[in-house]
Amino acid sequence: MNERERVAAERDTWENEDVAAFARRRPERREDFQTFSGETMERLYTPADVQYDYDRDLGFPGRYPFTRGPYPTMYRAQPWTMRQIAGYGTAADTNERFRFLIAQGQTGISVDFDMPTLMGYDSDDPRSEGEVGREGVAIDTLDDLDVLFRGIELDKISVSMTINPTAWILMAMYVALAQERGIPLDRLAGTVQNDIIKEYVAQKEWIFPPRPAMRIVRDSILYSTKHMPHYNPVNVSGYHIREAGSTAAQEVAFTLAAGKAYVEEVIKAGGSVDDFAPRLSFFFVSQIDFLEEVAKFRAARRIWARTMKEKYGAKKAESMRLRFHTQTAGASCTAREPLNNIVRTTIEALAAVLGGTQSLHTNGYDEALSIPSETAMRIALRTQQIILEESGVAGTIDPLAGSYAVEVLTDRIEQRVNEYFDQIEERGGVIACVEESWLQQEIANAAFDLARKKDAHELEFVGVTKYRDDKGKAPALDLHTIDPAWERNQLERLRRTKAERDQSAVASALERLVQAARDENENLIPYTVEAVKARVTGGEIVNALVPLFGRYKELAIF
Amino acid sequence: MMSMPTHTFRIVVAKPGLDGHDRGAKIVARALRDAGMEVIYTGLHQTAEEIVETAIQEDADVIGVSILSGAHMTIFPKLFGLLRERDAGDIVVVAGGVIQSEDVPRLQEMGVSAVYDAEQPLQALVDAVTRLAAERRVRLGL
Repeated sequence: MNERERVAAERDTWENEDVAAFARRRPERREDFQTFSGETMERLYTPADVQYDYDRDLGFPGRYPFTRGPYPTMYRAQPWTMRQIAGYGTAADTNERFRFLIAQGQTGISVDFDMPTLMGYDSDDPRSEGEVGREGVAIDTLDDLDVLFRGIELDKISVSMTINPTAWILMAMYVALAQERGIPLDRLAGTVQNDIIKEYVAQKEWIFPPRPAMRIVRDSILYSTKHMPHYNPVNVSGYHIREAGSTAAQEVAFTLAAGKAYVEEVIKAGGSVDDFAPRLSFFFVSQIDFLEEVAKFRAARRIWARTMKEKYGAKKAESMRLRFHTQTAGASCTAREPLNNIVRTTIEALAAVLGGTQSLHTNGYDEALSIPSETAMRIALRTQQIILEESGVAGTIDPLAGSYAVEVLTDRIEQRVNEYFDQIEERGGVIACVEESWLQQEIANAAFDLARKKDAHELEFVGVTKYRDDKGKAPALDLHTIDPAWERNQLERLRRTKAERDQSAVASALERLVQAARDENENLIPYTVEAVKARVTGGEIVNALVPLFGRYKELAIF
Repeated sequence: MMSMPTHTFRIVVAKPGLDGHDRGAKIVARALRDAGMEVIYTGLHQTAEEIVETAIQEDADVIGVSILSGAHMTIFPKLFGLLRERDAGDIVVVAGGVIQSEDVPRLQEMGVSAVYDAEQPLQALVDAVTRLAAERRVRLGL
């Protein structure tokens, strides 16, 4: 009998004797314990449950299959980037918040844009009324981006921009701004989200239908690979998929499936996988189920490495290692007893760090109420600093490896993800699945299941479904307030830029852009850079292309 | 002989604004459908005009407006104005999403019959919509 068999036999004895006798006196709290995503959690995991082959499945940090981390030294050399997203009002308002965060020790910048900017409407479009500067910062022209980064050295700090259907316009503005400031493009470090697939699947920001939208993503990857070696032109994101109610395995499966689609799109256009794959980056949520989340991050790295090597024939280690940003889960934050969210966020941040994240945004405790106040953001940033400086977890790499439970959960996520990969392939690939709303339906089903479990108290939420105190006084919070002047100020800025620019330069830049868009083999980015330098607005660029590309209409399901 | 009102309640679940937060709207739509109601989900990015048009076309008893963008104080006055303009002021309007508590009484003053968020049990919402739809039918003698 080997060690494994001996432990398995001993566990059976323990179950039948010790556990059975004890449970007769003190029954367990539930018949069935599950993870947040509904995976069964056994009473105990032992060496008899783990299947891994150390070299094949875990290996060493910085080495294939990267389960234990993308880099050999991890946080011992380079702590994760503390990157709190911010954006509201006009560019000048957000610039002030950035300077505050940098002064507090934040090491990267992350921009949140308002809905009109994200969707390709200028601030003076009728659809923008009431939304200008509300959920993020309003950027209509290059002049706005210039003010947004005033006093911030773009060759020294990495800037992440959370924007999708209009990502290529903002990337072009970023390039144009660097050129106007005399910064060589190869000095720019940063990320643009630019993950259009997950928009159709979950976040639901779109302009064009998937085909032309994929071409634009391809163009940005090719342009960035050529001119901006330290820039991440796509940040393939699971965050929104999970926030829309998916399971952990769906989050990883649908995100990596989108990653595969981008790889295939660029290869189809003649790109060589080892040229661009090293610049692909990822973004996941960290939800509240600590063990499941740590397992999820580790599984994601392993699956991506295997996919890149085995499916796409990548040769460089950098093409196979998955690097990711994490944000704690907005959906886990509650409006009732909001200070409890500090605790939830801490658990989630710790899972992200133990899962090996490269950068992290921790939510403010007021996440469920409004965009974060300065106080909430300070505590959120301090949470990360305490984990790094005081908790001790950053001292050794992947400390939960070898935990029987964590390894079993890691394997299970990998298995579920591979099952989804097969299903997506059978249905004709991820774009076909989007067009049929199949991924959307899978997520809606999981979201409804969660809501049902919550109503049935199969899942409890402290202060909401359990220990609820409807009589208790809500703490007086200093919430972020919306200033009606923001919208007025932005409309005035836009009016001024439009009045002062060279109108014939605007018209000819737009004409050249549309001309380029007609040729599937042209790259749109240089033409967009030229247009934004002529102070063409984002909305004007979009409106010029809509007649050619069309507008996406979702097949709404529930 | 009087006929019994056999037709089911008709609910339009509407999603105004430019944001894509449709998780709650879809869960609510499904819960109402499971409770036996006829649910029409508008999909995202609807203007107030489009919502009112759908509600009238679909002969809705209730419009459930899900809004998480913070633009509710802009959207609801517009919505009620259009409903009155179209002589459809009898349609019940319910709100859901992220709505700060100090805005709740202001929305009720405008005519919103109930405000729900994700921290209330789904069943409570289903019960409220059922009651509001039934009361409307009684009011109109339907």
